[in-house]
Amino acid sequence: MHDKTITEIVGALDAGTISSRELTQDLLGRIDRLDGQLNSFITVTAEQALSAADQADQQRANGQAGPLTGVPLAIKDIFCTQGVKTSCGSKMLDNFVAPYDATVVSKLRAAGTVSLGKTNMDEFAMGSSNENSFYGPVKNPWDLTAVPGGSSGGSAAAVAAGLVPAALGTDTGGSIRQPAAFCGITGLKPTYGRVSRYGMIAYASSLDQGGPMARSAADCALLLNTIAGHDARDSTSIARGVPDYSEELDAPLAGLKIGLPREYFGDGLDADVETAIRDAIKVFESLGASVREVSLPHTSYAIPAYYVIAPAEASSNLSRYDGVRFGHRCDNPSDLIDLYKRSRAEGFGDEVKRRILIGTHTLSEGFFDAYYKKAQQVRRLIRQDFLGAFEEVDVLMGPATPTPAFDLGATKDPVSMYLQDIYTIAINLAGIPGISVPAGFSGKRPVGLQILGTHFSEARLLNVAHQFQQATDWHLRRPEIAEENA
Amino acid sequence: MALEHAEVLRAAHLARLDLSDKDAAKYLDDIGQILDMVDQLQKLDTTDVAPLAHPMDATQRLRADEVTEKDQRDHYQQCAPQVENGLYLVPRVVE
Repeated sequence: MHDKTITEIVGALDAGTISSRELTQDLLGRIDRLDGQLNSFITVTAEQALSAADQADQQRANGQAGPLTGVPLAIKDIFCTQGVKTSCGSKMLDNFVAPYDATVVSKLRAAGTVSLGKTNMDEFAMGSSNENSFYGPVKNPWDLTAVPGGSSGGSAAAVAAGLVPAALGTDTGGSIRQPAAFCGITGLKPTYGRVSRYGMIAYASSLDQGGPMARSAADCALLLNTIAGHDARDSTSIARGVPDYSEELDAPLAGLKIGLPREYFGDGLDADVETAIRDAIKVFESLGASVREVSLPHTSYAIPAYYVIAPAEASSNLSRYDGVRFGHRCDNPSDLIDLYKRSRAEGFGDEVKRRILIGTHTLSEGFFDAYYKKAQQVRRLIRQDFLGAFEEVDVLMGPATPTPAFDLGATKDPVSMYLQDIYTIAINLAGIPGISVPAGFSGKRPVGLQILGTHFSEARLLNVAHQFQQATDWHLRRPEIAEENA
Repeated sequence: MALEHAEVLRAAHLARLDLSDKDAAKYLDDIGQILDMVDQLQKLDTTDVAPLAHPMDATQRLRADEVTEKDQRDHYQQCAPQVENGLYLVPRVVE
């Protein structure tokens, strides 16, 4: 069952060919055997998982099963989970056992899902390769010498390797879509505010958004049905009705207008990635869609704007880690300032410190207008680019990443690493939704097609992605590590 | 806008991060490169463009200043490094 979709698993649970306990035991065994090579989990919660599986089996026996009852999954370690270590990939929170559940965790728990544990991630979600975790790098299941992408790389690797059918991730500048592309799975970043951020450890509050990562668009729709919706505990959550995201999956694509941003097909795009994306576009044309070129003229300013806004927000959000109330505290501080400074210096890793320093500098007296205000003005221009494009076309398509997964340790300087997110980052600045779906390979490393829509167009994106997955089999391919250890 | 060594140390102090001179030199190179990249923003004319702080162009929603949840101090303090009588213990700051 380890390579099945949620839909298939629910079918098997309904038919009684397997119980949730048997499935959970099987996947826990796979984690035990395989995760030593992948490092995709920070914490495995076997005991709680088996207990939840038993409850799910009981609910099913009582005729009380919902669409996700008994389905195993994993949760990025950025989501607070009551009674379970919630580290956010950081030494700072290595001793933190969350006293409450994030809203999405509560919703998944109420839906009867079975969490197998917390997945590895770049520290405080800062990274594009998953090499910044206090718990060590995650390996790409398709090629153990490659990165899985970041910062939701643990979630992506766990799904790709058949350790879980689905996982939760978060996306601040591409952290769901980029690892989904690198690991050959489907990942959806919803519209900003569509999914509650309550209990999701904050990196950059105006950009962070949680979302599903799974083997298919249909599975992402099932998960989004459960986790989307207004939350009074999150003041950035949008009060708007949640449609049934599974309902429109089968709608035909005839008449769909696709825009190809010319800025997404220029210098720096790997030839294999471009070939895969252009081949994918032909599939959509064969399904009745029309294609035209569009322009997003401020695309090249997205990364500079992001690296002002995100570190500025991070420097504020991470000020709460001061050694006083929770998290790491240094030994024998001489006074309160020493407590703050040494606890933070010992608890944070290099990339986090770098971004705190940038954010603090750009917000400091004399620099605010030149950096922060300017970046916020550019952010508006980037948003206008997208809204203008969506007046002409229904969706935008392009590569999720400029290259396939790169080698572990290969990208040394921060600016080169930041450029990995060139096609994903603007979407967060604009708050629109985006999905990455498997669309081919470069050698043995997967390529992701990114599909973008206007605000709250998740149902349309899932429909478009699902129709692509009905016409292709890229999402059905599995890495050797998953097959050899079946 | 070139970054000076002293500015890195100043930011570290403002951020309450312990940073040695040697570490500051290491970050100076990286942050300098990043700020060079960020300086591309200055090429754009943004006169009369209103800053956008919220991606939905929304203003912060406020709620009534009322207690809506029960006191859970003891529960939340279970993860604190040191507490006493419901208070967080920190080093003495006044002799």
